[in-house]
Amino acid sequence: MLVAAAALSLTACSGSPAPPGEEVEGTLTVFAAASLTDAFTELGEQLEEENPGLDVQFSFAGSSALATQITQGAPADVFASANETQMSVVTAAGLADGDPEVFTRNVLRIAVPEGNPAGVTGLDDFAREDLALAVCAPAVPCGAAAEKVFASAGVAARPDTLEEDVRAALTKVELGEVDAALVYASDVAAGGDAVEGIAFPEAERAVNDYPICVLASAPNPTAARAFVDLVLSAEGRRVLTDAGFLAP
Amino acid sequence: MSLRASVRLRRGTLDLQLDVEVADGEVLAVLGPNGAGKSSFLRVLAGLLPPDAGHVTVDGAAWDADGVHLPAHRRALGMVFQDALLFPHLSVADNVAFGLRTRGTGRTAARRAAGDWLTRVGLEGMADRRPGELSGGQAQRAALARALVGEPALLLLDEPLSALDARTRLTVRAELRRHLADFAGSTVLVTHDPVDAMALADRVVVVEDGRVVQTGTPQEIARRPRTDYVARLVGLSLLPGTGSGTQVRLDGGGVVAVAEEARGTVFAAVRPESVTLYVARPEGSPRNVWRATIAGATPHGGTVRCDLAGEVPLVADVTATAFAELGLAVGAQVWATVKASEVAVYSR
Amino acid sequence: MSRAREGARVPAPLLVPATVGVLFLALPLVGLLIRTPWSQLVPQLTAPGVGQALRLSLVSATLATLLSLLLGVPLAWVLARSRARGRAVLRALVTVPLVLPPVVGGVALFLVLGRQGIVGSWLDDAFGITIPFTTTAVVIAETFVAMPFLVISVEGALRAADARFEEVAATLGAGRWTTFRRVTLPLVAPGIAAGAVLCWARALGEFGATITFAGNFPGTTQTMPLAVYLALQRDPDAAIVLSVLLLVVSLGTLLLLRDRWVGRAGAA
Repeated sequence: MLVAAAALSLTACSGSPAPPGEEVEGTLTVFAAASLTDAFTELGEQLEEENPGLDVQFSFAGSSALATQITQGAPADVFASANETQMSVVTAAGLADGDPEVFTRNVLRIAVPEGNPAGVTGLDDFAREDLALAVCAPAVPCGAAAEKVFASAGVAARPDTLEEDVRAALTKVELGEVDAALVYASDVAAGGDAVEGIAFPEAERAVNDYPICVLASAPNPTAARAFVDLVLSAEGRRVLTDAGFLAP
Repeated sequence: MSLRASVRLRRGTLDLQLDVEVADGEVLAVLGPNGAGKSSFLRVLAGLLPPDAGHVTVDGAAWDADGVHLPAHRRALGMVFQDALLFPHLSVADNVAFGLRTRGTGRTAARRAAGDWLTRVGLEGMADRRPGELSGGQAQRAALARALVGEPALLLLDEPLSALDARTRLTVRAELRRHLADFAGSTVLVTHDPVDAMALADRVVVVEDGRVVQTGTPQEIARRPRTDYVARLVGLSLLPGTGSGTQVRLDGGGVVAVAEEARGTVFAAVRPESVTLYVARPEGSPRNVWRATIAGATPHGGTVRCDLAGEVPLVADVTATAFAELGLAVGAQVWATVKASEVAVYSR
Repeated sequence: MSRAREGARVPAPLLVPATVGVLFLALPLVGLLIRTPWSQLVPQLTAPGVGQALRLSLVSATLATLLSLLLGVPLAWVLARSRARGRAVLRALVTVPLVLPPVVGGVALFLVLGRQGIVGSWLDDAFGITIPFTTTAVVIAETFVAMPFLVISVEGALRAADARFEEVAATLGAGRWTTFRRVTLPLVAPGIAAGAVLCWARALGEFGATITFAGNFPGTTQTMPLAVYLALQRDPDAAIVLSVLLLVVSLGTLLLLRDRWVGRAGAA
């Protein structure tokens, strides 16, 4: 038994491309924006497969909550934020190791229930009083982005509800309780078959850049570097694009 | 007005089979130990519990019969419970007026009638009190007024005196007796206390394990008990009379010496085991000595209950051995003595 | 009353946990008060939308309490008095909103009363009524979450009440409805009052089901808890001021009611 286990581990080591320098092993803790849940979980599994001694732990939450936890001393290795604002909270506190890099982007999409029963075609429909419409509250990032695109498109939006976060808006679309909602492209992808996305040109005026960085106090900087490299690689980009994100 | 009832009821271990008739103005006491089914019987009469079979007929109208069950609130009855159960959120007057109001009497008329009844039961001036401010006796008087104010055809009394302390019980019992005498409808009194039954009822039904074991006037029950239970329960001789100092002059003639001062119309009650029988006039000077003839003798276990006729009618329990040794028999002439301290006196 | 005061000496084994309990409940409140930026108090309170949110909160919580009384007291009676089969199931159903995360409760309300919901789609087709995203939806969401508190207190009061009084009433000619109105209700009034207070307080603080089913729009559906949550995203100080305002108003209302209504009913 012991012999067999030793032989296996030998094979694994010799079979995979050994990273230059130190071994990627131990526990890696990644703090990432909630919208990255699907994509990062997949990338984390890939990294674990390549490095049998590695255990990747994720904490997915709102970027502002994560930034607060990091400044309060949470033991994270990597921080991936859904916007520059929250990343700047971390960098301003001197907690980032090097400069953050933008690894992906997210734009707004119009989400409509499957089959688009109300026949929504573009941003102008958000001015229609006969439709039930959801937009994020201005206090949260997707709401701020929505205000920006409405202003630039000159649309006097008449939403029925200002949602507290983008997922709540998406839920109402999934349930068919609103005819359209303004959400992120990645959310439309995560919504599956129940939701259809409609792209609109004004979305380019409010693009969210997603920066990522290794943290200065990272307990496992080697694994952290390996994870950031994977996210920035072609494979990382493929996974993110599949999840509805745009290339940086 | 009259009540005829035949009730069959099974509840858990209780198997009740009770047939009673109560005439106008008559008071029937249902006497028995706890668990005999007395209260269940009363609840059936009240319509709070449907019987398994049987009938309840009041003044010729079927309250319970095959396929008929008149709910409690449609029955012309008044009921007094052991704990008075005055509604705590209503004033005393509103409690008394409650039954009139539910049956459609106007507010003013109901209040006036309630006031009259409060006066009759000696609670004038208490109309605006809360039930919590009344003593136990006052609360039970108010409960009686509440039951009677609607002039019911049937009055049901469920252990009305047993929650009261001994002293209060005496006075409330006397008042209850007075009101029952004035009441034109039928009354059913349920009690486990033979004194209540003897003092208040015209007729007594003794119930054991859900069955009637004996029926009769209080005197008949006391003198000729048919079971040991009844013998133990209702051996009392009740002697009506008028108190004067430590003497009670009996209505039927004769004088009974008592230990405590008594005044007014009273009952002198003597327990059968307190009566001692002698063949010859006893030595010394016991204060209560009467000549008597043994009119009946019923053996029960180790004792013989003797029914004594004479100036003072009494019931005496004598051990079977003594009965034989003294050579007693029905028709024998005896002397009966009772210690003054063994005579209970209460107003009636 | 005076007896209660005489008997109020607390045994030592109760004193320590009771003190810890009070501190546990009170310290977060103290924390809020310490962090309150008092200098910003006036500008924050007079900010547009705050009065609107507060008024909406008070009105909708009160309406939800009234609706809960209307439906919950009879339901409590059925649970406490009826011998119908399936009461255990019924009682479990009543507690569902207590264990359900409110957000899920909001989704469940959509499934019934939403535009696509079982009842909601019919309301829409037949009468053109849509409930989500209206003040009505706020009241419904609050009622859904808060009514169990009322039902459970009133059921407890009914069970504790002496059912013999109802029998007395029946022997005095009162039918079931009269008995309920004139005897049962007054007897359990303190329990109903306590339940209504709990219900109102829970409705006032309701967040999850409301924001899901009614959404968030100033003036129609944005209650104080929603305003506080959104303020927290942008300006934590503002959120604290709003929270303190909500606390002061609700505690003030409860104390006032206690003196006037609960206190008197409790003394009777």
